[in-house]
Amino acid sequence: MIQHAADEALERAHRVSFGRLVGWLFRVTGDLQLAEDSVATAFATALSTWRTSGVPDSPEAWLRVVARNHARSVLKRDNRMIAVPPEDFAELVQPTATGGVDGHIDDRLALMFVCAHPAIDRRMHAPLMLQAVLGVDAARIATVFLVPAATMGQRLSRAKTKIRDAGTRFRRPETDESASRLNSVLQAVYAAYGLADPIADLADDRNAALREESLRLARLLTELLPTEPETWGLNALLLHTESRRPARVVNGRFIPLMDQDTTLWTPAIRDRADDSLRHASALGRSGRFQLEAAISAIHSSRARNSSTDWESIALLYRGLLRIAPTVGATVGAASALIEIGQTREASELLSALPQEFVRDHQPYWVCRARLARAVGDSSGERTALDNAIGLTSDPVVRAYLLRQRPG
Amino acid sequence: MQYAILAQESPADFAARTDPALAADYWASWAGYVAALRESGIMSAAAGLQPPETSTTIRLRGGSIDVQDGPFADVKEHLGGVFLIDAPDLDTALEWAARCPAAALGSVEVRPVIPPMG
Repeated sequence: MIQHAADEALERAHRVSFGRLVGWLFRVTGDLQLAEDSVATAFATALSTWRTSGVPDSPEAWLRVVARNHARSVLKRDNRMIAVPPEDFAELVQPTATGGVDGHIDDRLALMFVCAHPAIDRRMHAPLMLQAVLGVDAARIATVFLVPAATMGQRLSRAKTKIRDAGTRFRRPETDESASRLNSVLQAVYAAYGLADPIADLADDRNAALREESLRLARLLTELLPTEPETWGLNALLLHTESRRPARVVNGRFIPLMDQDTTLWTPAIRDRADDSLRHASALGRSGRFQLEAAISAIHSSRARNSSTDWESIALLYRGLLRIAPTVGATVGAASALIEIGQTREASELLSALPQEFVRDHQPYWVCRARLARAVGDSSGERTALDNAIGLTSDPVVRAYLLRQRPG
Repeated sequence: MQYAILAQESPADFAARTDPALAADYWASWAGYVAALRESGIMSAAAGLQPPETSTTIRLRGGSIDVQDGPFADVKEHLGGVFLIDAPDLDTALEWAARCPAAALGSVEVRPVIPPMG
C-alpha cells in the first residue's frame, strides 16, 4: 500500500517538480549537468525512502534538500567555488505566472531560454529542453531525432559543458531580441512535437514517443508567459494537430487530412485548441504560430462545417509567408492555392524555392505531385511521386503514396 | 564524407520481388528511393543485388578451395543492395538509411567508407 502510494507520489513529483528543481539548481550553480544529476539522485533516493518511510508532507521540499545536498557534496569534492545561498533552500517556492517571485523569472522558463540559447546548436534546443525541463532520458530523445542513444548522450553533455563553461545564464533579453529568443523556445517545442510544417500530415510520424512531452512544454509556456500570444498560438496549433491524430491511420492505412473521418477526431482536445487560439487573439498581436494555428483550426472546423474553407486557408498562408517565409509555409500555401484552382500561382511559389532547400523535402514533392495532377501532367506527377516515395521513411505513408501513382 | 548504405533485406522482401500482388509496390519503392537519392545529388554508386540463392561463396582454407552454393552465413537477412553516398555527416546518412525501403522489414546499415589511400 505504502509502496503504491510512494510510486504514485513520485511520479507526480517528477511531473510537477522535475523542471523546477533542475532550473533552480541551475540558477544557483550554473551547471546544468550537475543540476540534472543532483535532481536525478534525489528522485532515486526518494524511490527507496518513500517506499519504506512513507511520502513526506511536501515532496518537492524533500527532493530539494536531497538534490541540494548532492550538489553541495559534488561541488565540495571538486573544490568548486560556487556558494549556494541558504535562502534558496527555503520551503517550496510556488511557481508564478509571469515575473516570478521578486521579479525573478520562473526557473523552468529561464531553463527553457537557456536551452534555446543562440550560442547552442539549434538542433540541440529541443533535446536539451526535453531533458532538462521534463527529465526525458537521452535514449528516448535519440530515437525521435534518429541518432544512436550514445551519440545523443554525447551531444547533450557537450551542449551542457558549453553552457557551463561559457557561463550561459538567463538574463532578461533586450527588448529588440526578446521576440527572437522567445521564437527559438517556441520553435524547439514545435520541433519536439515533430511538426515540419503546418500541413505535414503527409510527412513521417516519427515523434510519437515525445508527443505528450511536447504538449506539456507548450502548455507550460502558456502558464509561464500568459501575456505572450504566440505561446497560446503554439499551444493551439499542437492541440489542433493532436485532436485529429486518431483519424490519421485507420486499419493500418494512412488517411490524408482532407479524407479523414471527422468523427474520429477528438472534440475535447479541439475545444481546448479553439480556446487557446481565442485567448491568443484576445491579446491582439498576431504572429507566425497563431497563423499556423488558425490554418489548423479551419481544417479542424470541417468536423462542424463538413467542408474546408480553402479560400481562407490560402489567405492565412499569404499572411504567414509575409512574416515567416519558410519552405514548409510555402509548400502549405501552394497546396491551398491548388485546392482553389490557382495552379499558376502555386507553381510560381514552388519554383521560387531554392533547389537545395527542397531536393530532400518530402512535403515539397508531395505538393509537386498534386500540382502536376491538377494540371493533367501525369509524367510530372509520376516523377514527383517517385521522389516523395523515396524520401518517406514511414512505411504507412509510403504505402499511401504508392497507391497514388497514376496507372 | 562517404558512407555505404547496406540494405539488408528480409525473406519477405526477397519474396515480394516476384509476388504478383506485391512486386509493383516493391519495385516502385526502390525506384523512388533511387530517384530521390539521384535528385539530391549525393549518390555516387548504387547496386541492387539478385537474391541470396543466386550467390556463390568461396573460401580458401589450408590450401584447399571450398566453393559453396549460396551465401556463407546462415542468417535471415541478406544484402539486397548497396549505395554509396556523400553526406556531410552521419545524421544525414542516417536520414537516408531510414528512407531505405529495406528498413521496414529488414535492416539498413550505415558505414563510413575508408578514404582513398596514398
